[in-house]
Amino acid sequence: MATPNVPLWEVFIRSRNGLAHKHVGSLHAADSTLALQAARDIYTRRGEGLSIWVVPSNAITASDPSEKGMMFEPAESKIYRHPTFYDVPDEVGHM
Amino acid sequence: MYTQALNSSDGDDRGVEDVARASQFQARIDADERIEPNDWMPAAYRKTLTRQISQHAHSEIVGMLPEGNWITRAPSLRRKAALLAKVQDECGHGLYLYAAAETLGTSREELVDAMLSGKAKYSSIFNYPTLTWADIGTIGWLVDGAAIMNQIPLCRCSYGPYARAMIRVCKEESFHQRQGFEIMVTLCRGTAEQKAMAQNALDRWWWPVLMMFGPPDQVSQHSDTSTKWKIKRFSNDELRQKFIDATVPQAEFLGLTIPDPGMKQNENGNWVHSPIDWDEFKQVLAGNGPCNRDRLAARRKAHEEGAWVREAAAAYAEKRKSRQLAQAAE
Repeated sequence: MATPNVPLWEVFIRSRNGLAHKHVGSLHAADSTLALQAARDIYTRRGEGLSIWVVPSNAITASDPSEKGMMFEPAESKIYRHPTFYDVPDEVGHM
Repeated sequence: MYTQALNSSDGDDRGVEDVARASQFQARIDADERIEPNDWMPAAYRKTLTRQISQHAHSEIVGMLPEGNWITRAPSLRRKAALLAKVQDECGHGLYLYAAAETLGTSREELVDAMLSGKAKYSSIFNYPTLTWADIGTIGWLVDGAAIMNQIPLCRCSYGPYARAMIRVCKEESFHQRQGFEIMVTLCRGTAEQKAMAQNALDRWWWPVLMMFGPPDQVSQHSDTSTKWKIKRFSNDELRQKFIDATVPQAEFLGLTIPDPGMKQNENGNWVHSPIDWDEFKQVLAGNGPCNRDRLAARRKAHEEGAWVREAAAAYAEKRKSRQLAQAAE
């Protein structure tokens, strides 16, 4: 008999250094409690985190990779959004 | 963590697919871009990777068995805690890899069922028995050492999820090799009997470990596509040579003799091994190694005995969900 499917979860961990939760991988678990326990065992065996989020994979809406050109094009041409676009006279020093 | 002979591809099917897309795909690979799960990829690339990553995962899981065999008999609490942590790591490595394989579109359950039915392969090295405590040292030193040689280049594999899983694995792997070598050092500095036990383990594991790198380059037919797709970055023989050259001085340090009297150093300083018995390798892969049946039987037993846990967890999750729905409706 084929083994029945168990729901998939995405795991996010916030590390000690104060950065935001970061995606670390996925796992299968029947419910959120088991998913959290499994995430601790699989992804934090060496003290990698202080906080874990688990999210059902099917709850994530993702951008379409085949449309990434159109999706991110608006940012490509706007170099004036970067500080290096602007000239500051050398005499002013570091700004 | 252990790949071996898994680097063969299922051939190139560009002929039957969109030629323009295939050439765009190759251009991305050539530009060292990572391929991600939802990107277009040739069917043969998907098939090759699904097989390689899932076999790699199965190897991690089956690899827990020969070492698990010694957890209850470890000679001290320190050794026992380390071995337990190592076996737990192997399980974790299996799970990272299954997750990476699943992103290619085959479910975890299908992958696991293919292993349990004997359809999918795993590394032949785990079909050898762990007869003494020195085998645990030797596995860490040599089997994990060989695995590291194989896996470091995989951290740059063209498929993103596989490369990322390998980075995690490689970070954890170095502890495995070092704990194995420490066991060997302790045995070799111990009584004559302990040293003989270490030598005996090396004698039994040396050749199977060299086989872990897969068939010699002249007969490994499929490497070309895997190389072109940047799944594989070094040939079987190149990795095997690197491993031998790294290991010979370590054996010398331990005062152990590598069981290959014909091995000599060439003018480049590389150690050239005697011919490998590839017939043994084929036999073990075909299911006729010393422990093939035991290993599969142990995996099947664990899977069957865990069935009620999976069912209970699913039933409980279902019950909670329907309760929540009923409460929301009130």
